[in-house]
Amino acid sequence: MSSFFGPEQGHYALAFACVLALTQCILPLWGAWRGQRFLLDLAPRLAFAQLLALAYSFLSLIACAVQDDFSVQNVAANSALSKPLLYKITGVWGNHEGSVLLWALILALCGGAVALLGRGLPLILKARVLAILGGVSTGFQLFCLLTSNPFARIWPAPADGQGMNPLLQDPGLAFHPPVLYTGYVGFAVPFAFAVAALIEGRVDAAWGRWVRPWAVAAWCFLTCGIAMGSWWSYYVLGWGGYWFWDPVENASLIPWLTGTALVHSAIVVEKRDALRIWTVLLAIASFSFSLSGTFLVRSGILNSVHAFANDPARGVFILGLLALVIGGSLLLFAWRAPGLAPGGIFAPVSREGGLVLNNILLCALCAVVVTGTMYPPFMQILTGRTLSVGKPFFDATTIPLALPLMVAMALGTMLPWKRGNLRPLLRRLRVAALVALMALIAGCFLLDGILPILCAAAALWVIMASLTDLAARLGLRDGLSVVRQRLPRLPRAVWGSAIAHIGVGVTVLGITGMSQARHAVVEIGIGQTIHQGALDWRLVSVRRETGANYKALVADLTVSRHGRVIATLHPSRRDFTSQHQVTTDVAIRTNLLRDLYAALGESRGSGADARYVLRLHNNPLAPWIWLGGVIMAFGGALSLADRRHRFGAPRKARDRSAHAPIVQESRS
Amino acid sequence: MTISTRRRLLMTLPVAGAGLAGFGCWRMLSAMQDGSFDPHAIRRDKGDALIPDFALPGLSGPDDGFDAAALSQNAKPVLVNFFASWCIPCVAEMAALREIARQIPLWGIAYKDKPEDARRFITRDGSPYERVALDRSGMTAIDWGVSGVPESFLIVPGGRIAWHGASALDETLFRREILPLANATP
Repeated sequence: MSSFFGPEQGHYALAFACVLALTQCILPLWGAWRGQRFLLDLAPRLAFAQLLALAYSFLSLIACAVQDDFSVQNVAANSALSKPLLYKITGVWGNHEGSVLLWALILALCGGAVALLGRGLPLILKARVLAILGGVSTGFQLFCLLTSNPFARIWPAPADGQGMNPLLQDPGLAFHPPVLYTGYVGFAVPFAFAVAALIEGRVDAAWGRWVRPWAVAAWCFLTCGIAMGSWWSYYVLGWGGYWFWDPVENASLIPWLTGTALVHSAIVVEKRDALRIWTVLLAIASFSFSLSGTFLVRSGILNSVHAFANDPARGVFILGLLALVIGGSLLLFAWRAPGLAPGGIFAPVSREGGLVLNNILLCALCAVVVTGTMYPPFMQILTGRTLSVGKPFFDATTIPLALPLMVAMALGTMLPWKRGNLRPLLRRLRVAALVALMALIAGCFLLDGILPILCAAAALWVIMASLTDLAARLGLRDGLSVVRQRLPRLPRAVWGSAIAHIGVGVTVLGITGMSQARHAVVEIGIGQTIHQGALDWRLVSVRRETGANYKALVADLTVSRHGRVIATLHPSRRDFTSQHQVTTDVAIRTNLLRDLYAALGESRGSGADARYVLRLHNNPLAPWIWLGGVIMAFGGALSLADRRHRFGAPRKARDRSAHAPIVQESRS
Repeated sequence: MTISTRRRLLMTLPVAGAGLAGFGCWRMLSAMQDGSFDPHAIRRDKGDALIPDFALPGLSGPDDGFDAAALSQNAKPVLVNFFASWCIPCVAEMAALREIARQIPLWGIAYKDKPEDARRFITRDGSPYERVALDRSGMTAIDWGVSGVPESFLIVPGGRIAWHGASALDETLFRREILPLANATP
């Protein structure tokens, strides 16, 4: 096997894939320009070939890691003999070089998916989309080959590797990067569609229909990726928080916000043939932000706890790549977009109006996050003085924008297209409004702070309104026979959007609950008890354990309420001797309504007098934060499975799809 | 079809914005390479910033506290470290600080902390600080330009701030950035 999957073979395959990607970029564009059909037909084949070559290259790198080939520098620097097999494999993408290769592989997978699933696309559009994906691939593979070659050899080869950062040695994190990168890279497809449409000079309802599933798929992955990252920082870092407004986190949130706006505005293009230029711009922006986020983090401009090895020289290369991709597409936009015909008109109070409001608020949120993230380095380069922007800024600016977003979100899905009336709508939402009002009143007694109270009310408002909408569409009021009749016919897209909106509500409830968390950092000895509200935390014993490549100190804690033990927790500290690094292994006991969270800190003294630092949290509703993310992604996936994506409309209908049957309107 | 100039201008806004941002990033990268810009040291003053006027009580007693005058009258460079017992990176920094304190005098300022908590925190494994003052209200920290804890300042004789960093210190950072500046002082 080693002769089949060696580092040189992998390196060669990478270079070969790069040539294929360049061909995939040039030939179809030439063919589309000159009207040569065989060049257009070549695009999907080249995309498959490039995917095969890259997959081979990636497998070769995995083979090097699994076989402990320490003559490969990347393996020597990030792996070790004692590392468990799972982490030898996942460690391949836990470092800069490997993760760039993974990026390129996922991009090639996207190209392959377009080639495979895009059978119904017009030949020229498909060829152009694949060509643009090929162009972006070329850039990234060149970056990989020229500045971050994962197959570089070292001589003499060390006997053992330096090992992996133990913080990354965690099953959750092992699968986090592929999901997150799929989200980032997935936005390359809507981007390619946007650029292709600009070259063609035509954006219509059919374009909206084609681009939307890709945007939704990327959005689902990005949502999952962000949720996983947040969960990781909650249970691995042991600081008791779930979101730190760290630049790396913001870099994933920014494309998520524009991506969410894109997913919604593409509906308007699809159904009403309006907001076209704006949607094209959002498609470009989502991918541009994905790329820039990666650049800013890798080049070391942004200061982060999740630092990759920073290298300004690499930064220059990526910046050039960004200038080409982002600058090129935006120049094309400036040149071609003014010529695109404006779309349909609609009244301010209408489904379109609601979606425009959603877009405005999401983009305002995005602008706030971008400002907060980029302000410190820009101020520093401009004036030489700096200040850091942290949680207080983001809390104060994002929540006031998120609240109206949630209020509007509930109304939007229930408004009719073109022109609507708020009064009957509000009458239909009176139950939701009542629940929100009750939450507001109850919140005043139960919750601390004005923002959590408002957030709780807004979250319940969104959840109740989504349920009301579903109930109305199912005809719940007209009796069970009507429901039984309508249930199988209700489009999955309707379910999807309602579920995704409920997911938002669930996440916001979780965040609200977390804001009420009780926590304490204490230093206690064995046998001592800490009282926290109704809970008693007792440190029963502390013992030593030895793992595969670490030594651990494990504490046994019992938590009791009114004298009855409700949980036993075992937080530990692991000392990875080969890397001189200590990690805290948080113990979490959840019942889905609250998390008991304990982290073991430093110890002092020995024997019977030993004292231990413990971080003890009682986090109400904490799991809901990530549960909501999963529900959102599930909603998105459900809408992807909608009938209209599975069975294409007949060709004729597709061509005049401005008047395509609108499934969601069947209710009225 | 004629397209209004206004429409054309509007559509060039994104590329103009991206161009400006890109130019800024390029400047940062080139400044990072020649060493004049370091996003991790939040302020590296070019030798003119003086410490603000302040006077803080001691954490353990009156002899322990210090003011601007005491800090400027030192004959040798002093490292001033803002910390708090509730700050996790400060806990992580402690071991490195004990090493650093062997090579340079280290003065601490406890930031927004209860005196008993701060006292327990620094004495747990042996205090690295020569003197520790208490900034209970956090007002002095604002004058210093502290944005969060831990932050450290290198003060050279005369009360000049030679270096300011906004992350937990470690040996490497200390040797690479602080020690050369401290040794350069006459």
